[in-house]
Amino acid sequence: MNVWLDTLLVLLILTNLHMLGSSRITACIRTVACQAVLLAAISLLAQPDGIGLRLLLLAAVTTTIKAGILPWLLQRAVREVGVQTEVEPIVGFTTSLLLGLGLLGAALHVAGRLPLPNDAGTSFLVAVALFTMMVGLLLIVSRRKAVMQTLGYLAMENGIYAFGLAFAIEEPLLVEMGVLLDVFVAVFVMGIAIHHISREFDHIDTDRLAALKD
Amino acid sequence: MVWFLTALALLLLGGVLSLVLSRSRKTASLVGAISASAGGAVVLLQSFDVLISGQSQSLRLAWSVPFGSANMAVDPLSAVFAVVIALVTMLAAVYGTEYLRTHADKKNLGVSWFFFNLLTASMLMVVAARNGVLFLISWELMSLASFFLVTQEDEKETVRRAGWIYLVAMHVGTAFLLVLFLLLGKDSGTLDFDRLSTAAAPSWVFFVLAVVGFGTKAGFIPMHVWLPEAHPAAPSHVSAVMSGVMIKTGIYGLLRMLTLFGSLPAWWGWTFVGIGVVSGVMGVLYALAQHDLKRLLAYHSVENIGIIALGLGVGVLGISYKSSAMAALGLTGCLLHVINHALFKSLLFLGAGSVLHATGTGELDRLGGLLKRMPITGATFLVGSAAISGLPPLNGFVSEFLICLGAMIGLSGQVSLTASPLMGVLVVGGLALIGGLAAACFTKALGVVFLGEPRSGDVAEAHEVGRAMRWPMIVLAGLCVLIGLTAPLWPVVLQPAVAAIVPQQSSIAAEAARPLTGVVVGSCILLGLVVVLVQVRRQLLVRRRVEQAVTWDCGYTAPAPRMQYTASSFARPLVLLFRLFLQPRDDIDRPQGLFPKHAVLHTHAPDLFRRYVYEPLFAAIVWTTSKLRWLQEGRIQIYVLYIALTIFVLFIWKLR
Repeated sequence: MNVWLDTLLVLLILTNLHMLGSSRITACIRTVACQAVLLAAISLLAQPDGIGLRLLLLAAVTTTIKAGILPWLLQRAVREVGVQTEVEPIVGFTTSLLLGLGLLGAALHVAGRLPLPNDAGTSFLVAVALFTMMVGLLLIVSRRKAVMQTLGYLAMENGIYAFGLAFAIEEPLLVEMGVLLDVFVAVFVMGIAIHHISREFDHIDTDRLAALKD
Repeated sequence: MVWFLTALALLLLGGVLSLVLSRSRKTASLVGAISASAGGAVVLLQSFDVLISGQSQSLRLAWSVPFGSANMAVDPLSAVFAVVIALVTMLAAVYGTEYLRTHADKKNLGVSWFFFNLLTASMLMVVAARNGVLFLISWELMSLASFFLVTQEDEKETVRRAGWIYLVAMHVGTAFLLVLFLLLGKDSGTLDFDRLSTAAAPSWVFFVLAVVGFGTKAGFIPMHVWLPEAHPAAPSHVSAVMSGVMIKTGIYGLLRMLTLFGSLPAWWGWTFVGIGVVSGVMGVLYALAQHDLKRLLAYHSVENIGIIALGLGVGVLGISYKSSAMAALGLTGCLLHVINHALFKSLLFLGAGSVLHATGTGELDRLGGLLKRMPITGATFLVGSAAISGLPPLNGFVSEFLICLGAMIGLSGQVSLTASPLMGVLVVGGLALIGGLAAACFTKALGVVFLGEPRSGDVAEAHEVGRAMRWPMIVLAGLCVLIGLTAPLWPVVLQPAVAAIVPQQSSIAAEAARPLTGVVVGSCILLGLVVVLVQVRRQLLVRRRVEQAVTWDCGYTAPAPRMQYTASSFARPLVLLFRLFLQPRDDIDRPQGLFPKHAVLHTHAPDLFRRYVYEPLFAAIVWTTSKLRWLQEGRIQIYVLYIALTIFVLFIWKLR
C-alpha cells in the first residue's frame, strides 16, 4: 500500500534495534524521541479519511511531550545524577539484538494470526506495534540502569500508541491521551525517584536494590 | 426507600465531616455521634413502618458495574435486622463519645468515627442490598471498616495480631461467598436476588458455601476463632456493635439464602442443629475458662450464635417436614434471639467497657467490689447477665422458650419425624445445658467483678462512669425487661419477617402467644414476689442496727482481698467436669519447704480448634509457600520478566 507508511514502519523497526544495540544512554533517549516523531508521522499517514485539525493538534501535543519534554527530563536526570553514560546490560548487546530479531519474527507471526476487525493492510503496522512493545519489555528486563527501565516503558507506550493507530479511528487517540498522561506521570516520578535512589545509594543500578527484599 | 438513602447519606456525610474536623477531638466526636444517631433514628422509623405495615419498599437504579445494579429493598426480614443495627449503633455512638474521650489519647478520633459510621452504613447496605455485587461490596466494606476499628490501638502487639486474624478470617469467608454468588448468577446471567438461579450446581454445594461463608462472619464453631481475638481488641462500644449486630449479618445472609430454595432438605436442618449445639455448648464452656471479661463475653457470642443456629435448625426442619408450626416457632425464636442477643450482649460489652474505663483492666482476677462503686453499671450488668442466661422475666428466656416450643412440636409426634426424639433431646437438652452453664459463667463474672472486695489498688478507687456512658446501658437494660414483659407481642410483630422465609398462617403466631402469656404472668408474679420480699426485709430492719462485719475468715488473723475466690477457682469444678472438651492446662510452681517464698499457678484453656485445626493448617500453608520463596528474587528485571512471560504465554495460548 502506502510506500511512505511502510518506510516509516521500517524506520521504526530500526530505531528499536538501535536501542537494543546501543551502549550509550543518551543515544537511547534520543532514539526514543525519534520514535515519537516517527509515530506522529505515521499517525498522520495512517488516517484513511484525511487529516483534520483535531488530529494535527493531537499529534503535535504527543510529539511535544514524547519527543520534547520526556527526553529532556530524562537527559536532565542522567546529567544531575552524574552516572556513567553506559547502559550496563545484563544481557549483552549481540544477544539482545538476536533476541530482538526473534521477537520481530514472533511479532510478525502473531500479527498475522490476530483476529483484527480491520482489513489485512494494517497487519504490518500491528506487527511493528507488537514488536515495539516487546522491545520495551526486553529493555526493562535486560538493563541495569533505572533510566533504561524508564526508556523501556516509553518504548512500550510507543508500541501501544502504534497499536491504537492500527485501528485507524480517532477514538484510540483519546485512549492514547490517557495512556500518555500515565506515562508522563510515571516518568516524572521515576526521574525524581532515580535522583533520590542515587543520592541514597550512590548508584541507580536496580539489580542492587535486591538488598531491599525481605 | 428515600428515608433509607437519607440515613445512609447522613451516616457517610457525618463520617467524612468528622474526618475533616478531626483537629478538634470534641467536634469530631460530636459530629460522628450526632450523625450516627440521626441516621439510626431515620432507619429505625422506616424499619418500624415496614414491620408494622408489612409492605416492603424497594429501589432499583442502574449501575455501570458488570452484573451490578443498585437494587435495594427493605422487606420485613431486612427491617428486623435494620432495627437492631440502627438501635445498637445509636446507643453505642452515644456511649462512644465519652468512652473515646479518655480511652484513645493521641488517637485521631475523626478516623475512628469515620469508620464507625462507615461500618453502620455498610451493615445497613448489607441487609438492604438485593444484588450480589452490591451485597459483596457492602460486605467487604463492613469487614474493612470493622478491621480498622479493631486495630485502633495498633501500638499494642496483641491488637495487631488480633487484627490480622480478623482480616484473614473475614476474607476466607468472603472468598466462599464470592464463589456462592458466582454460582448463583451463572445460569441467570444476573446477580439480582429475585432472579438468582440455583440450577448451576447441586444444592449441597450452595449450602456448604453459604454455611462456611456466612458462618465465618456469624462465628459458628469451628469458624469462630476470630471472635475471642477481635472483640477484646476493639474499643468497647465497637465490640458492642460487632458482637451485638455485625455477626448477625451472617445469620441474615443464611436466612436470605434459604429463601432462594423451594424445598429444604432435612439434613440442612440437622446440620444447623448440630452446629447450634456444638457452638452453644463449646462457646459457653470456653467462656467459663476465660480470665478476661471481654474475652469471656466474646465466647458468649459464640454460644448465642449457637442458640440462634438451633432456632434456625428447628425452623428448617419444620419447613422440610412441612410442619408450618414448627418452622414458624423455630424461625421466630431465631429472629427474636437475634434481637435479644443484640440487646443484652451490647449491654454487657458496654458494661465491660465501663469497668475497663473506670479501672483500666478487664482482667477478672484484678477486679472486685465494683457494685458499691459503680451501682448503675453493676445493676445493668446484672440485668444483662440474667438475660443472657435465659432467665425469666427477661428477654433471653422468651426466644429460647420459643425455640424449645418448636422442638417440642417435633417431640410430641405431630410431625412424622423419624428422628424427632433425637431432635427434641438435642435442642431442648442443649438449650438447657447452655442456659445452665451460662448462668454459672455469669455468676462467676458478676460475682468476681462486682461483688466481694477489690483485688487491686486501681479498682478500689474506681467511680461510676459519666452520663453518656450510663444512659445507653440503662436504655438497653430497660429494653431487655420490656421484651421480657411484652413477650406475647413478639411472635405477632415478627410474623411478617418469618413469612418472608416460610409462608404461614398468622394463627400460629397467635397460638404461640398463649404459652408466652403464661410466662409473662409467671414473671409478673415473680417480680411481685421480689418487691414484697424487699418490703418485708425493709420492715424487719426498721429500728434495728445494721453494721458491716467480716465474713467467716477460716481463722486467718489478717484476711486480704486476694484470699477471695478467684474467677478460675470458681469455675474450676465445672472446667474439670468438661475437661475432655476443654483440655485445661496448668502451669504450676508448687510451694517448697516449710516457709515457701514463691509459688505460681496459671490456668489456661487454649482454644482447641485454633491449636489443632488452624495452627497446623496455616503452618502447612507457610511451609508450602516458603518452597516458592526462590521466585522472590528482589530484582525488578526478574519481576517484569515474570509479567512479560505470563502475558506472552497467554497471548500465544489464546492464538494457538
